Amino acid sequence: MSPTTAPGQRAAGPARGSRGADVWREVTHHGLFWPLLALVLLILACGVASPGFLDVTVRDGHLFGQLVDLMRNSATPLLLALGMCLVIATGGIDLSVGAVMAIALAVSLTYLDNAADPSAPGTVLTAVLLGLAVGGLGGMFNGAMVAGLGIQPFIATMILMVAGRGIAMLITQGQITTVTSPPFKSIGSGFVLGVPTPVVIAVVTFGLVVLLVRRTALGMFLESIGINREASRLAGVRSRRTTWTVYVIAGVLAGLAGLVYGAPTMAADANNIGLMKELDAIMVVVLGGTKLDGGRFYLGGLLVGAMLLSTLERAVIIFQLPSQTTPLFKALVLIAVCVAASPTLRAMLRGRRRADRSDAPAAPVETTPAQEVTA
Amino acid sequence: MKGNTRTRTAVAGAISAITILALAACGGGNDTGAGGGSTGDSGGGSGDSIRVGFSQLGAESGWRTANTESVKASLTKDAGFDLTFVDAQQKQENQIKALRDFVAQDVDVIAFSPVIETGWDEVLQEIKDSGIPVVLVDRTVDTTVDDPYVTWIGADFKQEGTTAGEWVKENAPDAKIFELQGTLGSGAQVDREAGFGDVVGDQIIGKASGNFTRAEGKTAVEAALQAYPDMTMIFTHNDDMGLGAIEAIEAAGKVPGKDIQIVSVDGVRDGLQALVDKKFNYVVECNPVFGDQLADLIKKVADGEDVPKETIVIDKAFDQTITQADVDARAY
Repeated sequence: MSPTTAPGQRAAGPARGSRGADVWREVTHHGLFWPLLALVLLILACGVASPGFLDVTVRDGHLFGQLVDLMRNSATPLLLALGMCLVIATGGIDLSVGAVMAIALAVSLTYLDNAADPSAPGTVLTAVLLGLAVGGLGGMFNGAMVAGLGIQPFIATMILMVAGRGIAMLITQGQITTVTSPPFKSIGSGFVLGVPTPVVIAVVTFGLVVLLVRRTALGMFLESIGINREASRLAGVRSRRTTWTVYVIAGVLAGLAGLVYGAPTMAADANNIGLMKELDAIMVVVLGGTKLDGGRFYLGGLLVGAMLLSTLERAVIIFQLPSQTTPLFKALVLIAVCVAASPTLRAMLRGRRRADRSDAPAAPVETTPAQEVTA
Repeated sequence: MKGNTRTRTAVAGAISAITILALAACGGGNDTGAGGGSTGDSGGGSGDSIRVGFSQLGAESGWRTANTESVKASLTKDAGFDLTFVDAQQKQENQIKALRDFVAQDVDVIAFSPVIETGWDEVLQEIKDSGIPVVLVDRTVDTTVDDPYVTWIGADFKQEGTTAGEWVKENAPDAKIFELQGTLGSGAQVDREAGFGDVVGDQIIGKASGNFTRAEGKTAVEAALQAYPDMTMIFTHNDDMGLGAIEAIEAAGKVPGKDIQIVSVDGVRDGLQALVDKKFNYVVECNPVFGDQLADLIKKVADGEDVPKETIVIDKAFDQTITQADVDARAY
């Protein structure tokens, strides 16, 4: 459809002008400009409100500071959003990631709880692999429903979203399973060369996924499926198998997110682990400039989205606002970002919205530079 | 009632509404009488055991788990109860569904721990219309229904907050306190905050919610350490958030219990262990093991005896003189 064929020509036009105004427009039209601006402003505002917020120091041989905390807290939403982004690219959605987090953690901790020595490296490794495998299993189920049976992704993944917590409850027998296992705990609260382990895990995973979708044809397949499933199938893309694969990837990543999120407290709380995280993940994807319609997707934007989300949560306390206002504060910032980034609004402000440009809303996303695609 | 629904037409609707109103008035007149009546029914049907429907709100903390176990251990077949236990998984809609099921099953007594305080008007009215007595456990409700329950058993959250506040007043009158709130709007959060605030409200420099969980307690304290650098004490609405706070404080290179004192409410084993390890400074117990008290109460209600409107579970409080043996003897 037009959004993918048009961008090359259209983006090339104004950019060649290379006047200041054009550059400015180019920059502000970038899908990531407003979220990034909001993130930077928010962090700076925190720095002003609370001196020392921006300091990063080395304590006990590892990095310490609010910014480090923010990065660590961003790891979970980033992992979830990575999987979610790929699924959304195919025109689908995965509502089950929060519940899959809970199941994966429940399985891992229950295994550790029953193990003879929960601290043995082999045991911990098995527990982690089990958690990831269970996440993958959840993804296989979702993928089979969506790609195999052709059920609407929203409904298909809602099954696991609703039933998933029940499964997790069954595994933990309705209790909050708590275990003591320092190696497992370090997945969430440890450090690798001074950097928090969750950050390392998230960045490495991010790198792997970027390589997978951008260095192979997978990314292109995903976009073609998202844009027109039938056409891509006719063009020879194995759309079913590819779709199934991304749900499995999303499931494994959700399992990983569950382990990273739950490891610091070592408590498998089936009711609360990952609660509403699927919505956080969707929000991160959208903030990152990917549209829910499917098609083109931007992994780089997820980094900004995830950081913005965790910074928002922290800023409420830094600004010493009462916790009652947290949802309101989050909503206000997100509305501001979305409105600012709205191409329709911009077009209206420019007063250049002509009838023949009725496809204008897609324009800014198209102008996102090619580096995203090849990165 | 069945006949009533079957014949419910547009015209009959008005009549049935009047009937229900009359029933409601009747139920309001003598709650305990109605309870006695339904015991009679079950006596004829299935032996002498009292049929109890219990809706627990979920398993959000170690405290709740201990409470659940205590209830299940006390309301046994041997003790003369036929218990239907339903876990609401912290969702009000689940709980309302369970309560309606209890009405449909016509149990003798309904006991439940409400997930939140509001939103119970309709279902409580239905229960009242059915004449089944309600025993509220642990938490309270805020409803427009007159006389919605026969009796309430639970801890006095406000008193717990006050007890914690008095310890602070006596032992740390200069402390600058950051308050780690529970899930906003829950009875425990509202009352503990009020009770604590009444005593040492002017010492509180900031508040934030940690939703009663370790993970969120930790994140909140990480931020609070930055936002309130002169903080010397944390008052947390439950042990789990306090345990999260310990991790955040240690990560910041400070010593919990010393640089930043921690006063908590709950008294689960992990919390008391932190007290032994000198990481917590004071813990006000919120005793979950009151299944036996609940069993007595339900028996009395089922027999139609007069019961007090409130039964307060006895809470203790611990400071750092607690021994490892005390903790090991803890049931939960």
